[in-house]
Amino acid sequence: MRHQSGWIQRLLQAGSGQGGMLSGLLMAAGLLSLPALAFGADVSPAAATEYRDIPYIGSRNLVWIVAQLHLLLAGFVLGVPIFAWLCEVVAWKTGEKRYDKLAKEFTKLLTSAYATTALFGGILLFLLISFYPKLMNYLTDIFFPSFIVYCLLFLVETATLYLYWYGWDAMQDGGKKTFHIFLGFLLNFFAFFIMIVPNSWATFQASPVVLAEGSDIARAWAATWNPTWWPVNIHRLIANVVLGGYICGAYAGIRYLSARSTEERDHYDWMGYVGNFIGVFGLLPLPFAGYWLMREIYQYNQQMGITLMGGFLSWLFILQAMLIGVLFLGSNYYFWLGITYRIPGSELKYRKPMLSMLIILLLCLGVWMTPHSLVASLEEARKMGGTHHPLLGVFGVMSAKMTVANLMILVTFMSFIMYWRAGKQETATWAKVARSIMGGVLVLAGIAVIILGVWGYFVPAIIRINYFSTSQVLIVLFVMLTITPLTALLLKSAKTTTDMVWGKMPPRAGYALVLNAIMVILLMTLMGYARSSSRVHWHVYGVLRDSSQYAFSPALGYAAAFMALNTFCFCMIVAFIFWVATMSDKAKASHG
Amino acid sequence: MGGSLLKPVILIGIVYAILKFIVPNIPGSAPLPSSLIFLYLMLTTSGIVIFATLSGESKDAFWGPIQRFLTGENIGGLQVLRYAVLLLFPLIVGWQTYSSTATSDAPPAENRTIHPAPPGEYTGLSNPVSKTPDAIQQGKGFYAAFCSPCHGGNFDGKGPAARGFNPPPANFSDPTTIAMLQESYLFWRIKKGGVGLPIEGMPWKSAMPRWEVELPDEWIWKIIMGEYDGAHQSPRTWE
Repeated sequence: MRHQSGWIQRLLQAGSGQGGMLSGLLMAAGLLSLPALAFGADVSPAAATEYRDIPYIGSRNLVWIVAQLHLLLAGFVLGVPIFAWLCEVVAWKTGEKRYDKLAKEFTKLLTSAYATTALFGGILLFLLISFYPKLMNYLTDIFFPSFIVYCLLFLVETATLYLYWYGWDAMQDGGKKTFHIFLGFLLNFFAFFIMIVPNSWATFQASPVVLAEGSDIARAWAATWNPTWWPVNIHRLIANVVLGGYICGAYAGIRYLSARSTEERDHYDWMGYVGNFIGVFGLLPLPFAGYWLMREIYQYNQQMGITLMGGFLSWLFILQAMLIGVLFLGSNYYFWLGITYRIPGSELKYRKPMLSMLIILLLCLGVWMTPHSLVASLEEARKMGGTHHPLLGVFGVMSAKMTVANLMILVTFMSFIMYWRAGKQETATWAKVARSIMGGVLVLAGIAVIILGVWGYFVPAIIRINYFSTSQVLIVLFVMLTITPLTALLLKSAKTTTDMVWGKMPPRAGYALVLNAIMVILLMTLMGYARSSSRVHWHVYGVLRDSSQYAFSPALGYAAAFMALNTFCFCMIVAFIFWVATMSDKAKASHG
Repeated sequence: MGGSLLKPVILIGIVYAILKFIVPNIPGSAPLPSSLIFLYLMLTTSGIVIFATLSGESKDAFWGPIQRFLTGENIGGLQVLRYAVLLLFPLIVGWQTYSSTATSDAPPAENRTIHPAPPGEYTGLSNPVSKTPDAIQQGKGFYAAFCSPCHGGNFDGKGPAARGFNPPPANFSDPTTIAMLQESYLFWRIKKGGVGLPIEGMPWKSAMPRWEVELPDEWIWKIIMGEYDGAHQSPRTWE
């Protein structure tokens, strides 16, 4: 092991204070004599440097910040095209121009966000090569074929983005529009591969598959297709949609709060609704993807699984529950405010259902946030007989958490359905039957999810994981796939009793949108730390040990401070991108 | 104060009373730690604020009296109370901050992880003993001899010696204990005992003996089989 930590500090320290001048002269003399080293050819070569450090902040912390910011920006850059493309398709299919305008508004952000993401990626790469040469040598040795693939993907993605953005106005009609939509599809297609290739490098570090023999491509392919690669790919893809949606919502929220004209208020109110809708649309399947990922991690390695879910890092999942809970509450709150303010006269009709939904959400959140091991004083622990509460301790395990997560998803889905139906009167002759079917499906699904959750305590873990939890997910999906088309059919012939009024939402709706975006960013920083820390003292789990001075897991409070810092920095960067991207529009508007 | 404020206050009081006085008295329950009560009360308060601000009227009915009280607008004789609140609130926050950071002789809050991660060398192990009725029976016999004094003849953590320990011996019939774990995990725990726990498991708090000095590995594996069978639980497996 060889470190170069500290030489920069010593150099800097030598340059300050009273002996600064003397030290400076000595340094200059030393630098001048460097060529003399070339004559020392018979001296044995120095051992390869394994780590380097940087004063004050430390190499690990710097990499932590840059990597997290790069990841968040990447999430934004990969999530927004999905969002924009979906909006463009809706505009193309329905003829509603405002969707096209929204798609264009967000694609405009992509060009500057794309460059910023690449910039952070470059900085991260340089930092990793500088600080962790041993690790980077190892990873390069295994993954260099995919490095080349990654570069090629970047080239085609960049070219597609330029065509997509600069060709927007030129490709508005007929076949050209179809081609533009196809370009949007290609943009997302390449972006997906840009996401999954680096995912293979990161997941390899957690669940490595190392072939001792074979060609370079065979070794790279085996390492790429590691046990956690696809769970992470799917989880990140959905999370990117959520991030893109909620950031769009936050942007709309801020613009709504600062809007000066009625048109602006209308437009940004509507944009906030679309952003929240897409965020919720992604949020609903996200817990399933997370569950699958954790299952794969636990199955891959018991130590890593328990470190994450039962050991040192399990507290992160209580924080996660809190953040997801706020996100669910925030999203539902926004829907409910929408019913109250955008559909005048609906408040009284829906107040009771809203209260019921709120109570269910809070009860579920209470269960989700209850830890298995409780924080207790010595006296309290004595009274409980340890840190595990004999009654409420049952809420601390996965059977309870999965059940309440599914119920919260059901409630949020029903909030959306309620919003969709508000202000309309169903005229179909079969409306009553349809409503009864929907109500029955919902109630039965809720009961089934709870029964499976309780039953889960009395069956072997593998039955619960493979069959009960999966059944709970399928039940919720069944509800969505039954009620959504049924509602759509019902509303097709429905009479609008109250027109939707845009631009009337109170300021707290805008703040709720901003809060949701911050929660998502915090969540991503939290789980970034969890994913990285689950490897404990390994660069590549079980294969390449971390022998640097930072081979320890940072304390949770320390980590929380970095999560907050990263969230703040990311918000500032995004705010800067938005500001730069909209500068010319504002100038045009002010000139007339 | 408006009536709209009274209901939330009563609701919070009821929730607090349930958590503090009713839940602990349910058979098989115990008092809740203040951290959990605080968490649930925060949730209740969030719910109240969310519901009260769903419409302009309800928001004004809820927030209006608070705003009027804090700004002193037409509150008549409540001015003295207002000044008292404005003075006391920062003082209470300051006191709370001080008392949570000041040096104290009280022991710190316990943050013990009950199931910490096992060392790497144990994670890949599987039970080498065939699961036959004889082996299970033998395991139960070893369990009765070595484990039951603490963990109980009924596998419920209520052995004759259990009352002397804090934290108490694990209750294997509870579905949140051994049913969540793989056999290799139990092998590690039995073999290394309390002293083999990592720091987050607080090795100084567990009285579990280090059975590797007394029992051969084969006996330990049999005990594990006997434990699962006797407690009517199954180990976590992936197939």
